Parts: sequence; structure tokens; C-alpha cells
Amino acid sequence: MTALPASTERALGLVIDLDTCVGCHACVVACKEWNSGSSPAGPLSDTDAYGARPSGTFLNRVHTFEAVPADGRQPRVVHFPKSCLHCADAPCVTVCPTGASLKRERDGIVLVNEDDCIGCGLCAWACPYGARELDPVAGTMKKCTLCEDRIDNLALPEEDRIPACVRTCPAGARHFGDLADPESAVSRLVAERGGIDLMPEQQTRPTNKYLPPRSRDVDVLAPLLEPLPEEAGGFLGWLDRTLARL
Amino acid sequence: MHPAPSIIAFTTLSGIGFGLIIWLGLGAAPDATHLYALILCLLAAGLVCAGLLASLLHLGQPTRFLKAFSQWRTSWLSREAALAMTTLVVFALYAALWVTGTRFLPLGLFAALLAFKTVFATAMIYAQMRSVPRWRSVLTPVIFLLFALTGGALFAGVRGPTPWLLGALGLLQIVAWLWGDRALARSGTTLATATGLGEMGRPRLLEPPHTGQNYLLKEMVFVVGRRHAARLRVIGLVLAVVIPLALILPTEGRLAVWIAADVHALGALVLRWLFFAQAEHVVGLYYGKR
Ligand code: SF4
Ligand code: SF4
Ligand code: SF4
Repeated sequence: MTALPASTERALGLVIDLDTCVGCHACVVACKEWNSGSSPAGPLSDTDAYGARPSGTFLNRVHTFEAVPADGRQPRVVHFPKSCLHCADAPCVTVCPTGASLKRERDGIVLVNEDDCIGCGLCAWACPYGARELDPVAGTMKKCTLCEDRIDNLALPEEDRIPACVRTCPAGARHFGDLADPESAVSRLVAERGGIDLMPEQQTRPTNKYLPPRSRDVDVLAPLLEPLPEEAGGFLGWLDRTLARL
Repeated sequence: MHPAPSIIAFTTLSGIGFGLIIWLGLGAAPDATHLYALILCLLAAGLVCAGLLASLLHLGQPTRFLKAFSQWRTSWLSREAALAMTTLVVFALYAALWVTGTRFLPLGLFAALLAFKTVFATAMIYAQMRSVPRWRSVLTPVIFLLFALTGGALFAGVRGPTPWLLGALGLLQIVAWLWGDRALARSGTTLATATGLGEMGRPRLLEPPHTGQNYLLKEMVFVVGRRHAARLRVIGLVLAVVIPLALILPTEGRLAVWIAADVHALGALVLRWLFFAQAEHVVGLYYGKR
């Protein structure tokens, strides 16, 4: 059913810390690995993988941006992982003609039922974030499942019952939890660090939040130190003056 | 957006076909012979069917197309599919009666209404997309409907309103371009809102996530065609509006109208190509493109 639920019991999603992400792409690889091995719909395909024009289907990609301050300070490099944001007002769901795209009432996860998908691609057009990719081999739409086949999977050891990308991130930059519960660890993290929505003007109300990088230009020690004398005295001063005269 | 030939052929051909259904349903070509009525009806149904078949080619899993009729409550694409099929059935009934001698206008009117709604539903598939600011405008359905009505009128040999339709189409197309060229900027979506990094400075792509192509770039970030946009706009307008006007204004001849209709259809294809090729999807911002 492509009607959106009025509300969901939980709002499972990711909180991505732009301050700690080191841009290693481990989450990209872990996501591709897990979702290629586990999916009954087959692997996320690659075409011309070892050729001149490789291209592949991914559910999570890491961009790298730099923010150039207007006042001439050093630009700041920010690694930026992006997967489906499991939006509350997901435009990708309502456009789907077949009912293959859906938002789950119990946890808010946005999924594609690939047996129903005709591969029209309309949902990928509707997503402003580029979170959906049509797999050219399967002929169906692929997107982040929030690893729904891990998070409730009792066959896995408990520490593995989180998304593959979260489990693998060496920097701890990806957090998973229920964003509808204000007391959850992720909700508190968002409140503490001022987590934001991407493209709020697109009115998708994303569940996933991004934690902005902390400022690094605050030098806490500098104001406490005595300024260095402009001219050195003693032997160094003599040397300096003599060398300057040569 | 990637101007896929299948979607361009589908929206243009079936648009003209539905336009023809509208005019024939409203009672155009009142003195048509049985044979001419048959030709017109077959043309209308043929254009619509050719368009629908072309749209099947666009699907990754075309054999499952029946599922696309199920979500008409929420999806414009599903509504379009359901409306198109209903229109075809009603029109087939009307056409069968007409070519055998009875022109039952209430049925024609119903077919015309359904055809009108189908074209509207097609246009709404695009007009609903906030992610493509150039499309998200009331001008999108207006222009789609004008294309259908104009092409249909030309092929049906309708006289009175046709020059006016051509004029309105040309004018509104120009308005849509002027408006659309600033739509992305006006939408408020920038790399700053896309990344949330605006507060720290002006964001800029340093490294894309991958060195090669991907589906998103191929489908949504089609920038190649925009180079010739200005020239194609002129070519499209000349073919779709200027030449047909010059052909039908001075004469009443059926041949001139047929040629005008064909030239118009060619122009409609060019302008539909531009409709896709020029549309900027906001995901391009993440790739440093627009
Ligand atoms: S990020 Fe895109 S694919 Fe995911 S729910 Fe939002 S609109 Fe849909
Ligand atoms: S590609 Fe599949 S999931 Fe997406 S809108 Fe079409 S049928 Fe629905
Ligand atoms: S939650 Fe799972 S499917 Fe989604 S990006 Fe992470 S690893 Fe990929």
C-alpha cells in the first residue's frame, strides 16, 4: 500500500555524525556486502566491474564536501555518508503505482517489496536525496532497508542486531535507534548536538538526522599565553641584527 | 532528467491520441464518411496504444505491468494507467457505433472527459515532483493539456479554435521557460540545505562518492543536452507552432492541415525532449551539478 501511515509506532533511523566520519567508505562496503548476500532478490549488481566504465548499485554512498568560510579561514573538509532517510512524509512511497513501495507502520522503515516492483523508476525521481537506485540486472528498485533483516534477527548475536553500516563504522559515526522516543540514545544525541534535517524545504520530514561538525577554530590556549616579543634580545638578538645587516 | 526516448514517445504520441479522442468525442468531423471516421478512430486509438506500448519499454519488469493499476488512491501513475485503459474501452465503444452509422454523443462526451483526465494525470506525475522544481508548476498540466488539444484538433481537422490553441501553446511555453529557468533557484534547495553545512561556509563538492557513472547520474543528472537548449527551443517552437499556423491560416485545404499536424507532432517531440532534458533534479546538487 502506497498510502503513508498517519503515524508510526516507532521511527527507526540513523543519526550520522559529520564531525567524526573519516570518509573511509567502510559503511559503503559493509552495506553492499550485507545486502548482496542476504537479499532474496539477489545481489546489488555491478556492471563492467573490472572494465573501463564500471558502474554499480549502492544503498549508501559517501560524498566529500568542503565548506569554504567567507572570512578567508581554512576550508573545512566534511565527509558525508548518505543513505535513505526513512522520511515521515516519503514522496517516494506515494508515487508508486504498484504498492511495492511502503512505509511500515510498526517502525517507520521505508521498503520496496521487490516482487511487486515493475521498475518504473518513479520513486527514484521523487526522492530528492538520491537514495534509490534501479538495479539494471534485477530490473527493480533498490534502497536502504535499514537492515530490517538484521535488527530483529534472533539468529544473529545481539551485538550484530544493528545495521551493517553502523556495526562496521570504525569511527562510530553512525548511530541507530528509535527517533520517536525522546529518551532514546539517538534522540538525546540529536538534542545535544543540534542534529538537523537535510533539505527541510522539500517537506519530506526525514527520520535520519545529521550532526553538524563541531567548530575547530576555537583555540582555547592562545588567549592565556604571553605574546612573544617582536625583537629578541641577548645573543639571539645580536645574531638576528648581524645577519640582517649582511 | 534523462530524456528517455520511450517516455518522450509515450507522452507525446498518447497525448496527441487522447487529444484526438477529446475532439472526436466532442463531435468533431461531423460530415466524415464511414471510411474517414474509421481512419480517424484508428489513428486516435493507434497513437494511444503506441504510446502505452512505448511506456512498457521503460519498465524494468514489464511483465508485471498489471500491478500498476492498483494504487490509484495515491499514485498519479496508477491513475493514469487506469484512466487510459478506461478511456480506450469507452472510446472503442463510441467509435464502433460511429463507424457503423450512429454517433452517440453522450458516450463521446464521456470518452472526451476521460481522455482529458488521463492527460491531466500524466502531467501530474511530473508536476507533483518537488524534487524537480522546473516541473512543479501549474504550467505543467496546462501545457500538457494544450499539447493534447492542439495536436488532437489538427489531426481531427478542427478549424475555429485551432489557431488560438496554437497561439496559446506558444505563448505559455515561453512563459514556462522563463519561469522554469529560475525555478531551481526559487525552490530554496541548495547544496547548503542539502548538506546542512551552510553555516560553516559555502559548501562545495570536493570528492564525488565514486569515480564512475551510476544510476542517479544517468537518470537524474542529464546535463549534456542543455548545451543546445536555446537552439532547440527555437526549432521546437517553429515546428510546433509557427509552421502549423502559417500552413492553416491561409488555406482550408485538408492536405495543408495534415501536413501542419505532422509538423506540429514533430515539434511536440522536440519540446517534450527539452521538457525532460532541461529539468534539473535536486540530487544533482550532491554531485556538484545542476
Ligand atoms: S530518503 Fe528518499 S527514498 Fe528514503 S524515504 Fe526519503 S524520499 Fe524516500
Ligand atoms: S520502481 Fe518499483 S517501487 Fe519504485 S515506483 Fe515503480 S513500481 Fe514502485
Ligand atoms: S542500514 Fe543497512 S541497508 Fe541501510 S545503509 Fe546501512 S547497511 Fe545499507
